Amino acid sequence: MADFINFYFIPGLLLGSIYALGAIGITMTFVILRFANFAHGESMTLGVYFAWSLVQITGWHPLVVMPIAMILTVLYALSIDRLFYKPLRNAPVVMLVVASFGLMLMTRSVIQFFWGVQLKSVLPGIQKPILVMDYLRISPKHMMIMASALVLMFAVHYLLTYTKIGKAMRAMSDSPELAKLTGIDTEKVVVATWVVGAALACAAGVFLAIDTHVETRMGFKLLLPMFAAAILGGVGRPYGALVGGLIIGLAEEISSYPFIGTEPLLNPGYKAGVAFAIMIGILIWRPSGLFKGKVF
Amino acid sequence: MSVIELQSVYGGYGDTEILHGVSLKVDPGEIVVVIGPNGAGKSTAMKSVFGLLSLTKGQVLLDGEDITNTPPEKVVRKGVCYVPQTENIFPSLTVEENLEMGAYVREDDFKPRLNEIYELFPPLAEKRKQSAGTLSGGQRQMVAMGKALMLEPRILLLDEPTAGLSPKFRGEIFSIVKKINSIGTPILMVEQNAKQALSIADHGYVLVDGQNKFFGSGQDLLDDPEVAEMFLGGGKAVPEASV
Repeated sequence: MADFINFYFIPGLLLGSIYALGAIGITMTFVILRFANFAHGESMTLGVYFAWSLVQITGWHPLVVMPIAMILTVLYALSIDRLFYKPLRNAPVVMLVVASFGLMLMTRSVIQFFWGVQLKSVLPGIQKPILVMDYLRISPKHMMIMASALVLMFAVHYLLTYTKIGKAMRAMSDSPELAKLTGIDTEKVVVATWVVGAALACAAGVFLAIDTHVETRMGFKLLLPMFAAAILGGVGRPYGALVGGLIIGLAEEISSYPFIGTEPLLNPGYKAGVAFAIMIGILIWRPSGLFKGKVF
Repeated sequence: MSVIELQSVYGGYGDTEILHGVSLKVDPGEIVVVIGPNGAGKSTAMKSVFGLLSLTKGQVLLDGEDITNTPPEKVVRKGVCYVPQTENIFPSLTVEENLEMGAYVREDDFKPRLNEIYELFPPLAEKRKQSAGTLSGGQRQMVAMGKALMLEPRILLLDEPTAGLSPKFRGEIFSIVKKINSIGTPILMVEQNAKQALSIADHGYVLVDGQNKFFGSGQDLLDDPEVAEMFLGGGKAVPEASV
């Protein structure tokens, strides 16, 4: 049991929170801007490299410089929107998807050009886990990540439930046409969507970098599970993305627990396949997801 | 001066012209009803006020100001509120959040208005924290109208507010429309339930094939044998004009 919690459940929860935060941007862009944003993973990667550079310059803890990295990532996302997506606002959806695909490749190449392709670390050194109640092993960095992720999730909840712009975001994800007829400033909602999506992507990336390392394909590798989380939760449903992310993260980790005998139930090499399988299953049997999202 | 006036407007979607010179007007304090067969361009005429289609000829005037082809988000800010026939609420938002969104363009405090709306629609006050998508058809229609009224609009445009409702709710909606009008909001309404709608209307227009066919006071149209025959189910056989 201790093994299950220490090596499967806690890492699953951790990975799940990272997916969850990343998936919010995907799900909101999907419904408000009407396209699957393939470049979302690169916003994440770029955010991590901003954070890495800031750590090199200041020597502070990555979580301390993270807010600055988040702001830089937001600025990147907003300028990309202005330069590439805004002129295509009324264009066919497929053009937006292709544009985002192009931006994904471009952004990654720019990152590789400036920062190189070798692995980096934002938090060097090995940390000893703390033993709680004799059998729970919790590493301090995991506790910090979980706490920060919780703070961000509550911030998102507050934004969506108690602020005018947050409610307008939910309204627009229900019906963009009605939002326009109601007089909601849809361009402002679009900007808010990019701000929230990019900031959370950067944070999720930094959490992953603290847990593992920094590399140029880290965001891309998260793209599939993040889409799976968004679809599982229901497209356009931010709370769905949170729940979906946690479920996908936990499912991936727990799938390799030796439930039968001593061998892992599923070879850890197939972890990514778990997210994919869940996504396919949901698309076939319940395309609106857990929270009744949009079906395109 | 009329609150809204369409001066022989021509237009449609893309290359398809649906309105071939429709004229109508709503004077202050009036309920004006537009009836006609399916495909006559009733809803299209209403949408033309709201900038939802491009007009090639003619003018739309709001209190004398030319608002022809002004986009919806700007028309709202001028105090024109439009309730579409379907998808007229935000289902995942609560009743109160829907009403708040209705007040989105207001810069002053909308709380007093919110209480007025709850007085107008008591069932909504009880369900203010419930998500609007869980309400019954009649109550959804109340949310949709309440949401539009949050702006204290200069005119309210209703596109078939009783479509798909049971006869019981239909009557309720018509009495609400009358009540809204009695506290000072002019209303332009497109309706299928012509008889009931005309009975509360000050004026009515009958559109056929994108053109004005009849005009008169609500009562006159109800009494007109030709109108009755064609649109009120009063006459013999199938109405020819609807083909």
